Amino acid sequence: MCLAIPGQVVELYPDQPNAALIDVVGVRRKVDLGLLQDNLPVKGDWVLIHVGFAMSKISEEDALDQMRTLRMLGEAEAAMQEVQGYGLENADNKKVS
Amino acid sequence: MKFVDEFREPEVITKTAEEIRRLADPARHYRIMEVCGGHTHAIYRFGLKDLLPANIELIHGPGCPVCVLPMGRIDDGLSMAQQPGVIFTAFGDMMRVPGTQGSPLEHKARGMDVRIVYSPSDALKLAQANRDKHVMFFAIGFETTAPSTALTLVRAKTQGIHNFSVFCNHVTIIPAIRAILDSPDMRIDAFIGPGHVSTVIGCRPYEWIAKDESKPVAVSGFEPLDILQSIVMVLRQLKAGDAKIENQYKRVVPWEGNRAALKAMAEVFELRPYFEWRGLGFISQSALRIRDTYAQWDAEQRFEIPGVRVTDPKAAQCGEVLKGVLKPHQCKLFGKECTPERPVGALMVSSEGSCAAYFNYEHRKTEMVTRIASVA
Repeated sequence: MCLAIPGQVVELYPDQPNAALIDVVGVRRKVDLGLLQDNLPVKGDWVLIHVGFAMSKISEEDALDQMRTLRMLGEAEAAMQEVQGYGLENADNKKVS
Repeated sequence: MKFVDEFREPEVITKTAEEIRRLADPARHYRIMEVCGGHTHAIYRFGLKDLLPANIELIHGPGCPVCVLPMGRIDDGLSMAQQPGVIFTAFGDMMRVPGTQGSPLEHKARGMDVRIVYSPSDALKLAQANRDKHVMFFAIGFETTAPSTALTLVRAKTQGIHNFSVFCNHVTIIPAIRAILDSPDMRIDAFIGPGHVSTVIGCRPYEWIAKDESKPVAVSGFEPLDILQSIVMVLRQLKAGDAKIENQYKRVVPWEGNRAALKAMAEVFELRPYFEWRGLGFISQSALRIRDTYAQWDAEQRFEIPGVRVTDPKAAQCGEVLKGVLKPHQCKLFGKECTPERPVGALMVSSEGSCAAYFNYEHRKTEMVTRIASVA
């Protein structure tokens, strides 16, 4: 829950200004951009994600550092599990979306 | 298991540790509190304590949301889940936290509809997909997660989704720091400020700690080097007799915080007059509740809850550990009745809880010291 997960914006949706497709080490999930309304990312930007919401824009270098920090903390697996779970796709309940 | 090999710039780590030793006055004992549970985890994981001179004591702060939640609130949340047609949702971190009748996971085993979500927006999605059910989201966390809950409620209202509610247990970090500074048995010289909370609130809310309490604060990142650099920052200030807020984590934390996130929180939440924290007791204006304009989505308004205060198991000394009065291993239950596999107290549940961190990493201390010595 307290993990800050770095990801890269790979797609924006013209009809959904509050959403972006984010790539986190190959796993792609839709995240919410509502908390970056003042400073919306563009395709290729890196963001830190908390519980499915992009919270800050960061540099690519800082994104890579953050991924390494998660690995060092032994939390990379939990982070990937979290990302895979976004959209209820990998939660321990039936798939709903 | 790799630790030191993965440190970025190990020689810089060694130099920073030397700088800390140079700055620390041997005649003085320093008590530095890292507020955030993420920092506590990192400190144990990387064995940073062993890079510090013996007169620098790191006190683990209240910044672990799962750990500070009183058991009565867990019972309240689970009581809602017992209503027919209710789906109980929460982050994975909550699932093993014991209530008086067991954890959410144990309730699931007894047939209750308990589900893990990784985002509050997924709980809302679940409500959309299950119109015949009511989805309750057990919201916890500091300012790092509160804006996401807020925005989810805004979306529920905008989209007219009425079979959804939030049981709000969000807390705010500043009043907890104030309570610690006001507590007579706590003497803290300086603070390592939380990194991710500060991406939301910025650095300004800490200014009173320097101005009124004359204590240095360094808002810190989570890498070993970040934490050591933050310790250098506060030691320099203490040596110079300064007290100011420094931002070691500038690469992520803007001084002004995240305005959109603060706005979402202000739209949906207001301060509770008081809220109970495990270990710290009742702290005024330290938690958020849902505004009346969102009452329809407030689980506390929609459901009858017992609201009974539950004292921790007598033998467990979570409160003392949480306040830094006792070290984790000094608790009578530590490592015996209370382990990460079978936690009695919340500090043993979350990886950010000081008991779990201590249990998981402290025994690796010797290995760490040897390896750091070989890097130096």
